[in-house]
Amino acid sequence: MTTITSPQKSLSVNPLKQSPPLGAALALLGLKGLVPLLHGSQGCTAFAKVLLVRHFREAIPIATTAMTEVSTILGGEENIEEAILTLVEKAEPELLGLLTTGLTETRGDDMPYILKLFRQRHPELKSLPIILASTPDYKGGLQEGYATAVKSIVETDYGAPPQETSQPVITVLAGSLLGPGDVQEIKEIIEAFGLTPLVIPDLSGSLDGHLDDSEYNSKTSGGTSLQQLQQLARSRFTIVIGESMRPAAEVLQQKFETNYQVFPRLSGLKTVDQFLWLLSQISEYPDTVPKKYQHQRRQLQDAILDSHFYLGGKKISLALEPDLLYQTSWLLQEMGVNIQAAVTTSKSPLLNDLPVDTVTIGDFGDLEELAPNSDLIITNSQGKLIADKLDIPLYRLGFPIYDRLGNGTRCLTSYRGTMQLLFDLSNLFIEHSH
Amino acid sequence: MTKPKVADLLHEPGCGHNHKKGDNKACSQQAKPGAAQGGCAFDGASITLVPITDAAHLVHGPTACAGNSWGSRGSLSSGATTYQLGLTTDVKENDIIFGGEKKLYSAIAQVINRYHPPAVFVYATCVTSLIGDDLEAVCRAATEQFQTPTIPVQAPGFTGTKNLGNRLAGEALFEYVVGTQEPEYTTPYDINLIGEYNVAGELWGVLPLLEKVGIRVLSKITGDATFREICYAHRAKLNVMICSKALINLGRKMEETYGIPYIEESFYGVADMNRCLRHIAEKLGDEELKARVETLIATETAKLDTALAPYRKRLQGKRIVLYTGGVKSWSIISAAQDLGMKVVATSTKKSTEEDKAKIKELLGEDGIMLSKGNAKELLKVIENTNADMLVAGGRNQYTALKARIPFLDVNQERHNPYAGYRGLIEMAKEFDHVLHSPIWEQVREPAPWSLVTSH
Ligand code: SF4
Repeated sequence: MTTITSPQKSLSVNPLKQSPPLGAALALLGLKGLVPLLHGSQGCTAFAKVLLVRHFREAIPIATTAMTEVSTILGGEENIEEAILTLVEKAEPELLGLLTTGLTETRGDDMPYILKLFRQRHPELKSLPIILASTPDYKGGLQEGYATAVKSIVETDYGAPPQETSQPVITVLAGSLLGPGDVQEIKEIIEAFGLTPLVIPDLSGSLDGHLDDSEYNSKTSGGTSLQQLQQLARSRFTIVIGESMRPAAEVLQQKFETNYQVFPRLSGLKTVDQFLWLLSQISEYPDTVPKKYQHQRRQLQDAILDSHFYLGGKKISLALEPDLLYQTSWLLQEMGVNIQAAVTTSKSPLLNDLPVDTVTIGDFGDLEELAPNSDLIITNSQGKLIADKLDIPLYRLGFPIYDRLGNGTRCLTSYRGTMQLLFDLSNLFIEHSH
Repeated sequence: MTKPKVADLLHEPGCGHNHKKGDNKACSQQAKPGAAQGGCAFDGASITLVPITDAAHLVHGPTACAGNSWGSRGSLSSGATTYQLGLTTDVKENDIIFGGEKKLYSAIAQVINRYHPPAVFVYATCVTSLIGDDLEAVCRAATEQFQTPTIPVQAPGFTGTKNLGNRLAGEALFEYVVGTQEPEYTTPYDINLIGEYNVAGELWGVLPLLEKVGIRVLSKITGDATFREICYAHRAKLNVMICSKALINLGRKMEETYGIPYIEESFYGVADMNRCLRHIAEKLGDEELKARVETLIATETAKLDTALAPYRKRLQGKRIVLYTGGVKSWSIISAAQDLGMKVVATSTKKSTEEDKAKIKELLGEDGIMLSKGNAKELLKVIENTNADMLVAGGRNQYTALKARIPFLDVNQERHNPYAGYRGLIEMAKEFDHVLHSPIWEQVREPAPWSLVTSH
């Protein structure tokens, strides 16, 4: 049982947390033909956009309702209406995602009511689904905003009866601990079992870094499509990756009676074993796993042997959001690493069960106090300052990572991704051993 | 800051934006709902004040403001690193219900105890403004209690654009900082540089030049500045406003109050750099200084000509579309022209009438002035003008790259200094790399199978 310390501080030094609307926007970017719309003042959207652009090195479609001091006092109805109409005209979106911010939540804009009025006034937009999520800045961080948005995505009604598909559909709720490269890998694995994955959100189509034929996209060019969302009712099973996705899975169970299983992590030999085993059980050919993955498993075992010389007994400090912290710290523990310190952004049931005595809900200021004498720090690019100051090597993980390329394709889950992570870390230690 | 003051700033008489009556859109313009978006006033105020390297910068608000922005500025320091700290009250739901003033006060106390900064800048944000936290009162109390200047910066995001935020920051400097201390000594050659933020270390390419001719920079406002040097900025003989109308209110107020004249200059390109040095010498009115400046210009230009010759040959006649805000556009135009390139179109979105006239003159007859533009239109202009590349702020980088168009970044977060004579060589190098890279052919190459018509 891990002790959770959550110092009630009035001063946060070097925040680890990004804002929930940013996380929610990230989730929405995994849907096709959409522009996330942040209901707030322009700066929130500009900051979120800059971070997303720097991390993914992609053009990021995102818009603001551009609230001013005056419109805040009067209420946001008009701005929301104008923003939606402008987006519809300019980008012709297939889906709309509307997110609140700290400003409009503090003001208390009644969003469901505002949307109802909008619907009444604009019957011509009847068939345009609007996903609405409440994401005040002052509650949680990126992971919470992302999870809230995913829950809203599955709550929303997409109308139109789903068509029959030949293959069984498996829903995957992909948590914020996964990048586009992880999602791509998960899709390929599921397909290898003869199943059709319906991933929500599917960042692998939209933020995986590729050149499109069209020169310019004013909305997301890939991701989960409206047609796919309409298939949700037909899905045979929900695979949940990341504990924070559980509430969304519960929605699907209530709505469509779809059973689910949560994988709080998807790296490490045993957990990937279980994942593949589950897939084989729900596939047409129970108890068989494609040859390719049987081989990859042997490779991973070999990689574990090779890397344990470098990782065993090392002291590592981590500062990551709860889901990613859980996944990474358990993998390291299984490699014989000592977790020296764990810092995270917000509460989660996972925090009670970490391979470390105490976990601190805090910021980089806390990490700076806890990390001295570690052999390695694992956190996002903003940890560079502290890593340099403490003269400890840094392995970049989480969001944002703006001083490394390849965030759109990086895969650190499944057998293959686990191997990658073990090699990355071992190489770092080889490089820094004298 | 009270309402009338914001209105005053929007009607800043020193600002060319206001020369045409009733037309000050450039300053008051806010993002349109549903449109693309720029930074907020809080962002603008931070851009202006955070470069003060030994001060602490404390953001009173929820995660969105500081959490999403700390550590992302490109201003460099030659000494203190306190400014790099991301300090915030990280306001939570309870603070919103019960008010955040107590939390703020205790945060200020901790900042002062832990880091002993010469001053703390405290930034209001949308949420803490909306709930009515009295920043000024808290700062006043803290200043008295801790004997450390604690300065309220009243530029919450929803008051307006980045540009307005710059001015509100200037206002805070004028009201709380300038004139509060005295320099150890003064000379007849003391100037202030206003509106240069030492992005990518640009200042360091220029300061040695000034030093060489015997001009002393008394205060840098604010790139690589110490808090103290801004306190005694009122003893300078001349204010040199760099490439920015953003702090014009500060220049004008210092003229009114302390009788310091100001000039508006740019460090980009040979012509502008030369002119800047000459103007300073002229304003300081010293014949020997003027002579030293001429000698320096002669040596530097000669050196530069040699260094640039190979690049000029390779860049000759290349066509660029420039998309950047304000005065910067004309300074980059003149820098590009120094290199033999042709600017075929430029934005005038944030430009004043005066800027526009200047741009018109520089671009010539068939130059295109883009008064508004989104990514899509920008691409159209590039196509229509047959331009070789786009020069813009980082926000448009992927617009260009996704369309397989060469791109050069000229904004806040870039890594190369382009100011001064040295900066021009840097810029030439970058233009050359980007334009002549062997990659363009590959990214434009169609796949062999895409050429086969399949049936
Ligand atoms: S718009 Fe307001 S809430 Fe958003 S970042 Fe700017 S100051 Fe903060």
